Parts: sequence; C-alpha cells; structure tokens
Amino acid sequence: MQLLLGWLSYASFFLVFATVFAIIALGLNLQWGYTGLFNVGVAGFVAVGAYTSALLTSPKGFGWPVAVGLLAATISSGLVGLLVGAIVLRLRRDYLAITTFGIAVTIQTVANNAKPLTGGPFGVQFIPRPMQAWLGTGLVWTFAYLALALALLGVVYVALGKLVNSPWGRVLRAIREDEVTASSVGKRAFLFRLQSFVIGALLMGLGGALYAHFIGFIAPENFLPILTFQVWAMLIVGGTGNNLAAILGAFVVWGFWTVSGGVMRGWIPQSEQARAAALQVVLIGVLIATTLILRPRGLFSRSVSRGPS
Amino acid sequence: MFQIIADGLMIGSVISLGAIGLSLTMSIVRFSNFSHGELLAWGAYLALVVSSGLTAMNDVWATPVGPFSFGWGLVLAMVLSAALTALLALLLDTILFKRLRKQGAITLVIASFGAALVLRNILLFWQGGVPQYFSENLQIAIPLLPRGVWGGLRFTPDQLLVLALTLAAVTGLHLFLRYSVLGRSMRATAINPALAQVSGIDPEKVLRATWLIGGGLAAVAGVFAGITVQLRPTMGEELLLPLFAAVILGGIGSLWGSLLGGLLIGLAESVSVATLGAEYRTAAAFIVLISISLVKPNGLFGEKS
Repeated sequence: MQLLLGWLSYASFFLVFATVFAIIALGLNLQWGYTGLFNVGVAGFVAVGAYTSALLTSPKGFGWPVAVGLLAATISSGLVGLLVGAIVLRLRRDYLAITTFGIAVTIQTVANNAKPLTGGPFGVQFIPRPMQAWLGTGLVWTFAYLALALALLGVVYVALGKLVNSPWGRVLRAIREDEVTASSVGKRAFLFRLQSFVIGALLMGLGGALYAHFIGFIAPENFLPILTFQVWAMLIVGGTGNNLAAILGAFVVWGFWTVSGGVMRGWIPQSEQARAAALQVVLIGVLIATTLILRPRGLFSRSVSRGPS
Repeated sequence: MFQIIADGLMIGSVISLGAIGLSLTMSIVRFSNFSHGELLAWGAYLALVVSSGLTAMNDVWATPVGPFSFGWGLVLAMVLSAALTALLALLLDTILFKRLRKQGAITLVIASFGAALVLRNILLFWQGGVPQYFSENLQIAIPLLPRGVWGGLRFTPDQLLVLALTLAAVTGLHLFLRYSVLGRSMRATAINPALAQVSGIDPEKVLRATWLIGGGLAAVAGVFAGITVQLRPTMGEELLLPLFAAVILGGIGSLWGSLLGGLLIGLAESVSVATLGAEYRTAAAFIVLISISLVKPNGLFGEKS
C-alpha cells in the first residue's frame, strides 16, 4: 500500500508537470509549427505568467483568488508578446529569435534584481495552492490539480484545433508557406503573425501560472534558457505543426528528462550532482540534434506542411 | 566621465571581436548562430588549460612580460587556443550545421541553440562553476589623468594592450577581406552566393574559412574577457546578447560596423553600470537592440536585405 501510494504520488507529480509543459508546447507550436515564428524566449514568457499570478495571489502581494491570477498571468504574458511582436515581426526572421532571446535574458535579470517586486534570487514563496482548504495537501489535492491542468489542456487543445482549421488558421499556413502569394490575395501577413505570436504567448503565461500554483514557490532559476530548450525539444521530438504530436512530445521528453535525472541521481555520488546536472543537459541537446538530423519531422508527425485536418 | 568611456571601450573591445566573427557567420553562412558565445568561453578555457599546463612544466612561462600581468605562456596559449577553437567551430559545422543547411536558416538557429547548451554544459562539467583567472598577479592601474580632471582616468597595462590588439586584429581582417583572394571570395559569397558560385568560387571553402576565422577571433575575444574580467563557464551565455546587439547595431556583415557596434554596446553597458548599477548591464544591450530595430533595422552600416 505504502509503495503504491508513493508510486501514485510520483506519477501524479510527473503528469502535472508534463501537462503544464504540453500547454506551453502548444503555445510554441502555434507560433512555430503553424506560423513559422521562432521564439527563443519561451522561458521569459512563462516567467511573466508565473510571477504575475504569484504576486497577485500570494498573501504578501494582493491575495486575489487563484482564478484571477491565472487570467491575469495569461493576459500579461500576451501583452509582452504583443510588445515584442509589434516591434520585430516586420523584420528579418532571425531578428525575432534574437529579440525573444533578449527579452528572456532581460526578464531573468529583472526577476533576479528587482528585489522589492520579485524577491530577487529567493523568488516568491507561499503562492496559494487552489482548493487546498478543502482537499488538504496530500495525494487528493495533487490529483485534483492534475484534473484541472488536464481540463485546461483539453480546452486549449480543442480551441486551437478549431482555430488552426478555421479560415484564420489556413491563412497562417499560407503565410508560412508563401508570404508573397498570401499577401497578394489581400492577407496582411504582419497582423496574422502578430495574432498568432500573442496567442502563443498567452498560453505560455497560463502554463507559467499553473506551474507556480502547483509548486507553491518560484525563483528566477526556474526560468533559465534550459526551460526554453526543453519546450523546443518537446516540439521537435514530437513533431511541429501538429498539436497532438506536440502534446505527446511534451510527455515523452519530460519522461526522458525525469528518468535520465533519476538515473544520474542514483548512480552519481552526492558531491558530483551539480556536474551530473550539466551532463543531463548535454544528453537532451544530443537528443534534439539527433532528431533534427534523423527525423526532422518528429516522432509523431506524419506531415509537416498539412497539419491536422 | 572619462573613466566611464574608458571602461566602455574595454568591455566594447571584447564584444567587438566576438561580434565580428558572429557577423561574418551571419552574412556568409546566413543564420544567427546562438552557439557563438560558447566559442568565446571555450577559447578562454582552452587557453587557461594550455597556460596552466605550461606553467606547471616551468615557472618561467608565468613570469610577467614587461608591465603586463601574464607571461609568455599565455601568449602561446592564446595562439594555440585560437587554432583549437577555430577547429571546434569547423567541427560543429561538420557534424551538425552542414547536415541541416538544406532545411533552412531557422532549423540551423534551433540547432545552434542546442549546440550552445551542450557546449556550455560540457564546459561546466569539465571545469566546474567557480570563476577562474589567468593570473593571480594584481595590476596597478596607471593614472592617465589625475583624479581632479573629470573624475580622472586609469588604465591597467593589460587593458591598453587588449584595446591595441583589438584594433590590430580588425585592421588585419580588413586587409585580408579587401586584398586576399580568399577574402574577396568571402565578400562575394556574402553579397550574392549564387553569382559567386557561378564565378567559380567554391562555397564550401568559403564556409570553412568563415568558421575558422570566426572561431579564432572568438577565442581571442574570450581570452581578452578572461584577462580583463574573469573566466566563468557562463561567460558565453552572458556575452551572447551584447554580441547580437553589436552585430545588428553595426549592420550584419559590416566589419567596421561590428567594431563600432561592439564599442557602442560596451559604452552603453558602462553607462548603465555607472547610473543604474551593475545588475542591469545586460538590459542595456537589449534596449540598444530594441531601439535599433525600431529606428534603423539594417543597422548603421548594413546593406538593405
């Protein structure tokens, strides 16, 4: 019984993280998979969501309800996306990569140094966990939170499915494949790109807030470039331009990450743990490079250009 | 006042050297290489390994040369490290970028982002996270202006040398690109790859030369960063945003643009350190980057793309 409970607790933790990652990966898939926008600052957008919700709901902040926090997190991350997108989406494609990288570094810098607002390197603690007054702190709560996260993932998945198969989504793919033709029939590429970029950013903000309320504390080190890289790995390994593949990719890569971390913690002595963590990143880097070379369309995607129909 | 400018030029000369290599890659290989910062870090650490090795064999290598803090060992180490880092850049191209070139620039950007994390973490695994130094010798700064005049101006001999060598390297590269056959082929490929190939220029040879030069310059920049500041495994990551900002400010593919861009970013950083505090120096590069994207997206000296 004890063993089963331990296993269930482990599994539910794993699933909550994977689900949150899946929501973030769906945001990136809309930006990259459907629109061809290269966002290297995923961690920054996730951080904006996490910090917004944490500050609005924590007792030291405003103490607002978690639902309001989630909504505000989603919106604030979208606003950052709007600001970045409005400036660079008109320019050369790799300017977006450089600028999103820059915004993630800058957000990280602010999180680390604006101590009165963000708590500096120690971050924000005592972020309220929703419904804990009724459900306690144990396994029941974790499962309830998992249900919430899965429900949100389901809503996002269905909504995105409708969106990318709507006329709007077809324009996105048309622009990605051939911008000149799309604009010659009167579609303003810039506006469509901006909308797609902002919606992707909204989802990343939501994912960040869900993460914050699950763990209960956040710090700048939760939002390092490695987070961006993990989400990219999920998308690439799963398959871009296909929402189901992105979700599967999130679960597979997070599984790979968790197992490899567990193996290293088991085999490598305590004193070498920091170095082992570095090796784990190398491993996932090799995974992404190998997938790019051997299966550029991902494990679960049959076709890049067609997407789900 | 003068000191802020001087500090800015110091930070800037490291950024410039790194930015020139990055700008060459961006204009000839045609993608934004997110692993370029790691070449700086690897260059610095390879030089550290060689110079400590030499010092371990014979102390003479560490005896300071003239007024500088380091010995001939570091000079030799820097040359060796530049060669090794150039080969590392070429190796990265051979095992990764070359295979992905057909898939388009953005796939290359993703791959370079992954390569950066791998290279950085191998460095962290190998050397540990504690900052290191080339030399334990402390240097006395030479006052060039007394404290009374505009707050005074002080330089260490190392800093003056770094500044002079940066200018020498840029001039050398300028002459190479302008007058040598290979340099001309590189410029031709940057402007019009198809036409260059039709005229009998071997694109693979040009790409190899680009990686080698970019890697070599990155190593020198990394060693300079190590001499004037310190060596950290994360130094490549920290320098990457300033490097990109310098390239875009100067205009992609422009040698003198990258030099000027690097120096200006250095100045922006030192001004922000003096006014806002050292914590926000990375934000300075970002603000310059955003501003130039708004006002003049092709940079100060860039061709219209």
